[in-house]
Amino acid sequence: MDDQLLPPEAAYSNRLLDIQNLSKVFGGLRAVSHFDIAVPEGGLYGLIGPNGAGKTTVFNMITGVYAPTEGAIYFDGTDLVGMPPHLITRRGIARTFQNIRLFQNLTVLDNVRIAYHTHAGYGLVEAISRLGRFSRQERILTERAQDFLAVFGLHNRQLELAKNLPYGEQRRLEIARALATQPRLLLLDEPAAGMNPAETDTLMELIHFIRDTFKLTILLIEHQMRVVMGICEWITVMDFGQVIARGTPRDIQNNERVIEAYLGTRAGRGMALHVAGS
Amino acid sequence: MRRKFSIPSWIPTVLVAAILYIGVAYARAQGKISPYWYQVAQLAAVMAISSLGLNLIYGFNGQFSLGHIGFYAVGAYGSALITKDYLTKWSGNPVGALSWIVAVQIGLLLAFFVIGRMRLGALRRKMRDALSEALKPGEIGIISAIVLLILAAAGLAIGAGASYGLHLLLVQGLGRLVAITPKPVMEQVILFLALLNGGTMAALLSYLVGLPLLRLGSDYFGIATLGFAVMMYTALQNSDMVIPTMKGARGMVGIPRWTSWPWAFGALVFSVIVMRNLVRSSHGRAMISVREDEIAAKTMGVDVNQLKTLAFTFGGFFAGLAGGLYAHLYGFLHPSTFNMVKGFDPLIIIVFGGLGSMTGTLVAAFLFTFIIEGLRVILPQGFEDWRFVIYPIFLLLIMLLRQQGLLGTSEWGWFRAPLPPAREIPVPDRTVVRQQPAAEKES
Amino acid sequence: MTSITRSLASPKVLLRAVAWAVYIALGVGILWGVVALVRLQGPVFFLQAVLDGLRLGFVYALIALGYTMVYGIVRLINFAHGDIFMVGAFTSFYAITQYKWGFFPAILLAMFVCVLLNVVIERVAYKPLRNAPRIAALITAIGVSFFLEYFTALKWVFSADYITYQRPFKVVVWNIKGILISNITVIIVITTVLLLLILRYIVYNTRMGKAMRATALDKPTARLMGINVDGVISFTFALGAALAGAGGVLYAIAFPQIVTFMGIMPGLKAFVAAVLGGIGNIMGAFVGSLLMGMVDVLVVSFVPMGSRLRDLFAFLVLIIVFLVKPTGIFGEPEVEKV
Repeated sequence: MDDQLLPPEAAYSNRLLDIQNLSKVFGGLRAVSHFDIAVPEGGLYGLIGPNGAGKTTVFNMITGVYAPTEGAIYFDGTDLVGMPPHLITRRGIARTFQNIRLFQNLTVLDNVRIAYHTHAGYGLVEAISRLGRFSRQERILTERAQDFLAVFGLHNRQLELAKNLPYGEQRRLEIARALATQPRLLLLDEPAAGMNPAETDTLMELIHFIRDTFKLTILLIEHQMRVVMGICEWITVMDFGQVIARGTPRDIQNNERVIEAYLGTRAGRGMALHVAGS
Repeated sequence: MRRKFSIPSWIPTVLVAAILYIGVAYARAQGKISPYWYQVAQLAAVMAISSLGLNLIYGFNGQFSLGHIGFYAVGAYGSALITKDYLTKWSGNPVGALSWIVAVQIGLLLAFFVIGRMRLGALRRKMRDALSEALKPGEIGIISAIVLLILAAAGLAIGAGASYGLHLLLVQGLGRLVAITPKPVMEQVILFLALLNGGTMAALLSYLVGLPLLRLGSDYFGIATLGFAVMMYTALQNSDMVIPTMKGARGMVGIPRWTSWPWAFGALVFSVIVMRNLVRSSHGRAMISVREDEIAAKTMGVDVNQLKTLAFTFGGFFAGLAGGLYAHLYGFLHPSTFNMVKGFDPLIIIVFGGLGSMTGTLVAAFLFTFIIEGLRVILPQGFEDWRFVIYPIFLLLIMLLRQQGLLGTSEWGWFRAPLPPAREIPVPDRTVVRQQPAAEKES
Repeated sequence: MTSITRSLASPKVLLRAVAWAVYIALGVGILWGVVALVRLQGPVFFLQAVLDGLRLGFVYALIALGYTMVYGIVRLINFAHGDIFMVGAFTSFYAITQYKWGFFPAILLAMFVCVLLNVVIERVAYKPLRNAPRIAALITAIGVSFFLEYFTALKWVFSADYITYQRPFKVVVWNIKGILISNITVIIVITTVLLLLILRYIVYNTRMGKAMRATALDKPTARLMGINVDGVISFTFALGAALAGAGGVLYAIAFPQIVTFMGIMPGLKAFVAAVLGGIGNIMGAFVGSLLMGMVDVLVVSFVPMGSRLRDLFAFLVLIIVFLVKPTGIFGEPEVEKV
């Protein structure tokens, strides 16, 4: 297995996200250790690995929720380490969460409008006095938010509270909300978790669709092999905080270290390869 | 979901407000209610303003503050100093206190602005990067602390200089204004300025207090603000050490009783409008998102610290405004009015009315005030002491029977979030694109 | 970047010297401060103040532990805890003055009454709110606090007047080179240490203690493991009340004037002490309380107008600690799982 970071055809193209030597230590636990990844602009990239491999921690470091112990995260040439999360988002990185973190008591529409907050285009004085740009901008903002909802088929439920949506729709709403921040890089943390096969199919279609329409780069964590193998162009596999393999879905499927990590000698850790539809 | 017919939602709200206002004013004019109840009605409006502020901080922004009463006290004493000065010239000049208070506030704002423009955070990061190879982290910390302190002190010095100059100007200018304006008009102007300054003083102080404390977690923030309130209370008890006319623990007297139902109600209407417009804007939604899930809010690009500070500052303003009205309602201020026990009142009101409900806060503030003050009158002779025995039992029953408060988070009329305008939402056709993903990718 | 570093190579020594000058200045400043304090009124006065501070700190510790345990288990700031403390003081007052009980029976009775009261309060007021938003329980706690204060202030209960407390023993004062140590101090220290050792034993060496610690960590899981969570919570309230009751008696012995509102400030201070040490942490509560007691007495002794400003300083210390270490001295930093 060669150790190149990028898929061959993208080796010289723009590295939108370039993580070098990233580590995170919690107390004595080394959650992520010397992690490298390079995601080309426009790519659909997968990050997989058994539970506790450190995938979500990587996401948390990219988005600034956790501060890395060492290493650098270059996004479009700028190092993000030490930058507060909201500025990272404003630079163009959006994410979803493994355990859905919607604004539960707000309406579906408001969830998306909040993500659009930074583009609201009116100031505090205008908001309180309701003068100036307020009415126009608020209308535009609402319409944009509704358009995002329409992409995910949620426009008919815009006035419902987020917590009252069924699970699959909550997942989709979370992606819609992330998209409304107008990102260039979208991080999806187990988007298909808990979905049935039909919902998963829709989701895969959606991911392709949004990548193409919004000209996005997508990095996704996923457990369902069907999703990963079905849509990712390039995959990085982690175990115990380290990269153990990279390659195309086909490479990964036949990689012995990956199979071992998931099923082999450490099967007792309680993890299993999620086979499609099972 | 969508209502069929539509009267604009503000019409019934304005009607109810008008009926309330005219009702009380008319009843008083006709002698139907005693001065005592007239005063209670004003107090209720004052409580409503203060509670709205706390609801913004806790109910909408999710920051558990137990220090609200401290800002209320600042507003009360601050504005009382201004009007008392006009009446009794305790500072030697009828507008001396006013000029100083305004000048110091503007000077502070200037200092903040200057310090803000220095971009101290970026400077610190730059120094850390530049020195990281030469020195140890602790040493870098000391060096950058020295540099930052010097810069901040310079900013404050600029502010202080500006305040002094401004004070001189204001004393002259306002003095002339007082000389040429007829007295009844000037009294109202002074009261207006005093109330406004009570609010802004409290707002400035909340900004200063909130800046370091809002980073703490929710319960810790509550305890720290409680600490602030106790410190404020202790400071007020000893206020005569600094400003003799505040009289410390003996209580400040000689404050003109200028608050009237139009003033109290007008201030309430003003606060309600500001609050509602703020909450029902993009800023307000972002504030609520902080309450719902701070981390998710951050990753949606919401500047959580900024919004917390914003909510806390506005909340402080409302508390200060209410405090000012309170001071001029009774004409007497005593530190014990601002002790911890009284400090729970706004918290109880907003929980009783429903956290995150403006309607609930308004209803609860009036109910609460009328019940508490009403118990004074209703209880038979010799049972006055029972007032605070009955009241906690009420409280317990309400919490046991209705934990989400009177109205939960629901709102009425104009307070509700406006519905999005009806429109045909274009639904993109997903299938077409999916058939040629390769072609899409090329473009 | 490298050019900047190189250009700094020569001023490096200078900068390092500045940093060390600050370190030394700080150290000298602290030392000078302590020496100045000692010299201000003489070392005897200083040591006396420290001793009195520790004595007060021991009483605070008894209250603080109740706060910290209850908070650790149900995440409730139990504002009524200070009033339990007051009930303890009053119970012992009646036992001693009216029934001529001695110190030990009186303190045991006070502890027993407080335990009973707190368990009843927990069952009636807090238990129904276990699944409610936390604020509901907090408001209830405030309500209970008001109720205890104002109900006991009624004429036919304890009345709202200040009452002079009669000590159940004669005060003996020993003079050791000018430092006055009374048997009150000795009794407070011995009682407190004894109670703390018992508490430590219960929390760390018994089944109930293990159940308490498990419940504090994770209530649903504890319940799944077969722990009677409601029982554990009641037990925690009982333990806290027993300590607070004893604290009330000791406080009244040290400062022999009681009133139904006496619990507010010591309660608040003890709570602050618990937070200062790191809430949920028994050791932290103890250390925080000693610190709080010291601050109280030192401010009164050395700051001009200190007796009027002591509360201000107490909370100033809290806020400073918060700014340096947001979760208290022994508190572990909170990491939110994302």
